Amino acid sequence: MYDILIIGAGICGTFIARDLSRYELKVALLDREDDIACGATMANSAIVHSGHDPEPGTLKARFNLEGSRMYEEICRQLGTVFRRCGAFVASASDEEDAVLDQLFARAQKRAIPSRILSRSEALQDEPHLADGVRRVLDLPTTAIITPWEIAIALAEEAVLNQTELLLSHTVTAIQKEQNGFLVTAQTGDGRQRMLRSRFVVDAAGVYADRIYAMAASDVPFAITPKRGEYYVIDREEHPLVSRVIYPVPSAKGKGVLAVPTIHGNLLIGPSSDPIEDKEDVGTTPWGLDYVQQQISKTVRDIPFHKVIRSFAGLRPSGSTHDFIVEEARDVPGLFLAAAIESPGLTAAPAISHYITEELIGSRIDLRPKKEYTKRQPPTPFHQLSPAQKNEWIRKNPVYGHMVCRCEHITEGEILEAIHRPVGARTIKGVKKRCRPGMGRCQGGFCEPLVAEILCRETDVTMEELFYMQDNVQKDIPGERRDNR
Amino acid sequence: MDAKITDQINTDNAAKTRELICIVCPMGCHLSAQTENTADGTCRVLSVSGNTCPRGERYAREELTAPTRMVTGTVTIDGGIYPRLPVITSAPIPRERIFDVMEEIHQAHVCAPVQIHDIIIQNVCGLDADIVASRTMPLKEPAQ
Amino acid sequence: MKKRDLVIIGGGSAGMAAAIAARKKGIQDILILERGSETGGILLQCIHNGFGLHTFGEELSGPSYAERFSDQIRDLGIEVETDALVLHMDSERKIIYTSPRSGFVTLDARCVVLAMGCRERPRGAIGIPGTRPAGIWTAGAAQRYVNLDGFLPGRRVFILGSGDIGLIMARRMTLEGAQVLGVAELMPYSNGLSRNLKQCLEDFHIPLYLSHTVTDIRGHHRVSSITISEVDDNRRPIAGTEKAFDVDTLLLSVGLLPENTLSEEAGIELHPRTRGPVVDQFLQTTVPGVFACGNVLHVHDLVDFVTAEGYMAGESAAHYLTAGLPQRASVPVTAGEGLSYVLPQRIHPDALPDTLTLSCRVLAPQRNVLLAVEKDGKLIKSVRRPVMLPAEMEKITLKKTEIEGVRESLRLRILPQSVCASPDTAK
Repeated sequence: MYDILIIGAGICGTFIARDLSRYELKVALLDREDDIACGATMANSAIVHSGHDPEPGTLKARFNLEGSRMYEEICRQLGTVFRRCGAFVASASDEEDAVLDQLFARAQKRAIPSRILSRSEALQDEPHLADGVRRVLDLPTTAIITPWEIAIALAEEAVLNQTELLLSHTVTAIQKEQNGFLVTAQTGDGRQRMLRSRFVVDAAGVYADRIYAMAASDVPFAITPKRGEYYVIDREEHPLVSRVIYPVPSAKGKGVLAVPTIHGNLLIGPSSDPIEDKEDVGTTPWGLDYVQQQISKTVRDIPFHKVIRSFAGLRPSGSTHDFIVEEARDVPGLFLAAAIESPGLTAAPAISHYITEELIGSRIDLRPKKEYTKRQPPTPFHQLSPAQKNEWIRKNPVYGHMVCRCEHITEGEILEAIHRPVGARTIKGVKKRCRPGMGRCQGGFCEPLVAEILCRETDVTMEELFYMQDNVQKDIPGERRDNR
Repeated sequence: MDAKITDQINTDNAAKTRELICIVCPMGCHLSAQTENTADGTCRVLSVSGNTCPRGERYAREELTAPTRMVTGTVTIDGGIYPRLPVITSAPIPRERIFDVMEEIHQAHVCAPVQIHDIIIQNVCGLDADIVASRTMPLKEPAQ
Repeated sequence: MKKRDLVIIGGGSAGMAAAIAARKKGIQDILILERGSETGGILLQCIHNGFGLHTFGEELSGPSYAERFSDQIRDLGIEVETDALVLHMDSERKIIYTSPRSGFVTLDARCVVLAMGCRERPRGAIGIPGTRPAGIWTAGAAQRYVNLDGFLPGRRVFILGSGDIGLIMARRMTLEGAQVLGVAELMPYSNGLSRNLKQCLEDFHIPLYLSHTVTDIRGHHRVSSITISEVDDNRRPIAGTEKAFDVDTLLLSVGLLPENTLSEEAGIELHPRTRGPVVDQFLQTTVPGVFACGNVLHVHDLVDFVTAEGYMAGESAAHYLTAGLPQRASVPVTAGEGLSYVLPQRIHPDALPDTLTLSCRVLAPQRNVLLAVEKDGKLIKSVRRPVMLPAEMEKITLKKTEIEGVRESLRLRILPQSVCASPDTAK
């Protein structure tokens, strides 16, 4: 019997797990995927928004503002990267100028550092603003992060503090019982598991409505996946923009942004298409065309010939047009972190704090653990001086073996990613944790090397590594293969 | 494995025109060959046209009567610096026997070290060709 | 900082040839930096035969071809550091590399030969729509899995791109027991050698879809299906021509790009078409003392030409180290009508060799044409070519007497055969 079972190991679920792991509670974090952060957390704009945008009086406004003030300290504690690069909201017409003034007033009212800059002032900092840009709203507190790095770090810390991590667990039924819930989950190898928990947290992203429906006869909201498509542009010594460039928001949302990433790439997107299929993370020609066409309004000279990847993410958009963060009205003990679309990443620490301290805290006695283990960040090998690097390599030659030649990732860093708490078990898992395959060759060169290391270190075969998950025919009759 | 590697078989004995592209050089001449089937079921080439050099005619005759191929593959090797040893036929083998030869290659299992040209399978499938190593495979140094 | 006379970056066919040639010209202090665990480069995974017809008069497998050169490197006592990746190089030829044995090392090289080869264009560079599951590989990555690791990465396979690696992998996957459902080619003609079309596709009845491209990929963890569509003259998909294939694997053979991250960093001028360094007749780049050869310079279709280019770069490097070479080549060599590029891109008119060989590629297939050379705007030579294909590099050799006195430019172009007016210009 758990005290709390969290469904969904995205940014919300992992924040909640980590926050609950401070207390004397038996907590499980469950996800249908085989790793942390496989949904919207993996595919978003990676921005800590300052909080200037959401409508007054919404949960989005509240949690965005609170979250944006929490992140820097959280990242410092977790040892994850946080960079306050700032942002411009760029207006390009009379109507947009009017909206820009409203946003400025809103930012001022919320005590968000901000100012209006003329075109010529803005160009001094961002020379690649499009010709049509007339004025900008400068938001210097806007920051960039790597969302999945934070989610993984949170999961690590939760696991270090006795949270049970149940990956490859798909919830198939939730039954209300006298003292809580009976949750049925199907595991990756086809077994059924029955899990009992006093409370359940629904942080299931685009599936939050389906999870709710398992526990209640009537679901008062629906989650529509809103597909956002992005381009990733190759790392350059001098990125085209040094801060986030937003267009003036419209009814459709924040619009298409240009975002410098922590690792020197440029992210262009997202499109915004409500779709039916909660699984369809496919990119489309029209979605990407829209991104190209929209970004030209705010930024010029984008080197689209240097695109190394495009991807799509599904943001869980709620029918109530606001976050749903509450104890379910007709299912006591079920806590919702639902419809966490933009600015959900920014809001997540504040949502978690609210759910943990106020909602769960009002129902259960939160006794802090006497001993709390802090996460040790991975070796920052990139940041060492040449002499320090050589010292490391002398002790451990695997740090001299460069596996990923695009991003300069060593075998030592890959071994760490595999052997840490919540270690990588898949090619994607390694890529998420230390980036081999994120560069311009997209893994063409390093993927076989990473696969070999994974097979060796986790004692699986190549067949298991690549065919584990879908219904692919595993054996060829009459053929004997020996790859280890 | 039932992949067909023979061309469509002619069942009648009538003369046929067969079209093929010469692969001897980059010219890629479009060859046209008059053929007939003999009593024993093999194909006989009566004439070749479209070629711009004698090599084209030779190619067409060989390709239509008794096409041959070199076969390359890998065999399992223990103790080498890689888990597979690349191998090659020592001479071209009949095209329709490619999968039989592959079957033999898949069954083979050797131990390092191996020298280039070492015979891995003698007289493979009785085709008067050997399967030989196409590289030297040194022993893997034991890990420190 | 350690000083070295000649550092060769890359121990594949180009780098090994350069090292051998330089040693034979008397250069003693040579270091090859090779990222793999042995010399040989990409040839080590190219286990099919067909290598070395020009160099050795035999059709060797890739590993056999590589071994002949690795043996020479060893016999000549040329120093090789394996598992060594060069991380940085600057315009002063300062090189930083790392290896498990040596750690991070900074070298001061008097002369450098770039021989890093090329890489494959990934999916992202061509923007195929759809999901991003496992099961999408470049043909070269699949080749490595099959030939070096003995792992068959797919059971039901479709291949995009009819370049030679794609065709070779169609056969290879078939022989290992996979079913290859087809090969799609964006262009109306194949980019592979006709021999490979015959022996890799036709022999196994694998269909080739010309003027087609992949327009969708489906699958959650692993590819479950792909869709191809016919393309119009502008290479845009035509609605209504979609065909779906249930496959677990899509291999991409959609082009090779010279690996020039280091060259860019060193400030070497790159050519927009070859995507490799701009070089003079000595294969010297725009940074003095830095030479380039093989696929890092321009993508080759025959390893024999890579070896020849490596020899030339090695000899030039030796000249540079012993006697010096002229700098600042002044006369441009340009690609005219019908040609994609010409190499070298510049020559020194005052240091012409007895013969000068130019390499070039056509933009589209040509039949019965003349490959013509213009010197300062005047036609000086033309040779008849019954067939010219983008997949096959062309060479033309000029005598010193033919180009002496060139001032403005040399220009190569394709002419229709009827233009051949004066009989003395035809070969």
